[in-house]
Amino acid sequence: MNERENILGRIREALSVPAPVPGAHDHPSAHPASEAEAAKHIGEWLPSVGPSLEDRIELFRSNSADLKTDFRLVNSREEALAQVKEIAASEGWKKVASHADPMLEGIDAALGLPVLKTDGGYNVCDMEQCDAGISACDALVAQTGSVLVTSRSAGGRALSVLPPHHVVIARRDQLVPDLPAAFALLKQKYAGNYPSLISFITGPSRTGDIERILVLGAHGPKKVTVVCY
Amino acid sequence: MSTTQTAADFKKNATTLTADLRHRSLIKGALKKYEVARDARKSRFQDWQAARQSAAEIKWDAVNHLDTHLVELAKNLEARGTQVHWAGNAEQAREIILGVVRKHNARSIVKSKVMTGEEIHLNDALEKAGFDVVESDLGEYIVQLRHEPPYHFVFPAMHLTRGEISKLFTEKLGTAPTDSPEELTMIARRVLRDKYVNADIGISGANFAIAETGMISITENEGNARLTCALPKVHIVLMGIEKVLPKLEDLALFLPMLATAGAGQTLTGYNTMYGGPRQPGEADGPLEMHVVLLDNKRTTLMADPEQRDALHCMRCGACLNVCPIYKNIGGHTYGCTYQGPIGAVITPHLCGMADWKHLSFASSLCGACTQNCPVKIDLHHHLLQGRRNAMARNPVWWEKLAFQALAFLFNHAPLFSLGMKLGRIGQIFHPLIKGTPVDPAIAWTKSRELPKVAPQTFREWWQNRK
Repeated sequence: MNERENILGRIREALSVPAPVPGAHDHPSAHPASEAEAAKHIGEWLPSVGPSLEDRIELFRSNSADLKTDFRLVNSREEALAQVKEIAASEGWKKVASHADPMLEGIDAALGLPVLKTDGGYNVCDMEQCDAGISACDALVAQTGSVLVTSRSAGGRALSVLPPHHVVIARRDQLVPDLPAAFALLKQKYAGNYPSLISFITGPSRTGDIERILVLGAHGPKKVTVVCY
Repeated sequence: MSTTQTAADFKKNATTLTADLRHRSLIKGALKKYEVARDARKSRFQDWQAARQSAAEIKWDAVNHLDTHLVELAKNLEARGTQVHWAGNAEQAREIILGVVRKHNARSIVKSKVMTGEEIHLNDALEKAGFDVVESDLGEYIVQLRHEPPYHFVFPAMHLTRGEISKLFTEKLGTAPTDSPEELTMIARRVLRDKYVNADIGISGANFAIAETGMISITENEGNARLTCALPKVHIVLMGIEKVLPKLEDLALFLPMLATAGAGQTLTGYNTMYGGPRQPGEADGPLEMHVVLLDNKRTTLMADPEQRDALHCMRCGACLNVCPIYKNIGGHTYGCTYQGPIGAVITPHLCGMADWKHLSFASSLCGACTQNCPVKIDLHHHLLQGRRNAMARNPVWWEKLAFQALAFLFNHAPLFSLGMKLGRIGQIFHPLIKGTPVDPAIAWTKSRELPKVAPQTFREWWQNRK
């Protein structure tokens, strides 16, 4: 407790002498804009997103291609489940991990495989053995090709990173245009009671630590599939 | 400049590495790839300059009201069950972390990248106390196996070829040699999977801390931090006090800017906000979360209003990647935790002017760092100010004398023209001693040609003109 006061005391003493405002070298007249004003503009500075849902879908699709995310657009939930079933067969899944969510209803029956449900706790070694983790999400972000998950919407913390393949099932209306919209959605949905983890997942796990050469599946999933209906 | 051991080592290593052509081509090759990717991503922004200005202003607000924001952060973290610790210096931070680790009778500890951990030599302290600690970021894991500090605070193993890494894995892990970066990555994946599953404690850093909601934001590509913060029973965050951002939505600007400036990505693979230990009804996650707020002389830097904006730094590494000095002397030559221009600015404040003032001179003052900084830190001017501060504190008598003599010479025209004449005669004989210990210009002529004195001065030409 004492150290807290020491540190805060040193900060207050240091701040008693004001610092020049940012940009003073380049633009002598610059003053910090109000935060609300700044937030309003962020969307105008970041990479642009078209106005229609089709634009968002196309942008999410091209970002997914860049990121090596497998993006599949289908017309109904039944088709989405069929897609997952097809992947399961082609990859020879033996066991999957998942969680309780209306978006995932019927997936167990469709797959006909042993399913580890994370709700209410699970054994980590069991999940490590799973071929895929299947989850819902909070949103898809067109601007960045990201999947927004939380510990509440996607079956906890490990489901989306421990198995080698992460499959996300989402609806078209979950596709938000940009990052400011994604944060606004988080605030509106969870303010006052946030989940303990919020994560923007942008493509499969990756590294460039060896000669800056891209390798997928460094520690997390080697594949990410987004099935959107 | 009076020479300390750190300065002498710096000079020696810089000289060696500058002449190492293999090293230079490896670094330049890696950074060229970065540059191409960064430019492509930057061009997607509708207005990168406006985004920079806004980022600088938000950071200015955060740092210049840090006391309020820190109190708010701590309050909101504690409200969700996180234990907040305040560490004035490295020793206190190590003691706090060791205390938590001992309380849990931990055996093995897994770390995701923590630069503040390098700063306080956390691994040494944990290992000395008998704990098994492993780095999980691939680059950090590689340099840990080599008992080496990171070469670059974003790309820790950038100085190694795949051949060297393969040899290292063969020696330390007994794996078969391979030429494929993918196979090497999979070897590390297998080894580290075991560690995650069995670790008692996960230690991470923080890229940002959100005061308003009490969250720690971590940016990474590999998923190693996600696993470090998901599987062990205890999660410890070690972060510098300057990492605070006021609002959650500030991340909408900072996350893409960090990714673009730092690695040429639209967004980094995983951007995750941790708001406490496992909450009621959640499936998994640590049962305890600790946040250690580290000062360690950041308030000393803060007390210098001229250079306070160096605390805006989000450690993206953009200034290293464009620095002609960094590209030639390499990361290890700096000898400190934070390399490159930002390291040269903050290290004298964090670790002492006496030992580190020489870093202010490791700059060509080209300004590429300032131009590329996403939060507009005035880096190259700070390097100049660093030189001024170093000289004001420790004036060098012979440099002072030399400049006084030069001033006298320039102020007395007859003496100056006599000097020019002597120079013309002197340069006839100079080749005889050039490059030998008695050469008065040895510091210059070692690696360069001495410019010739003109056969006729302007004054002489003017007087003799027809």
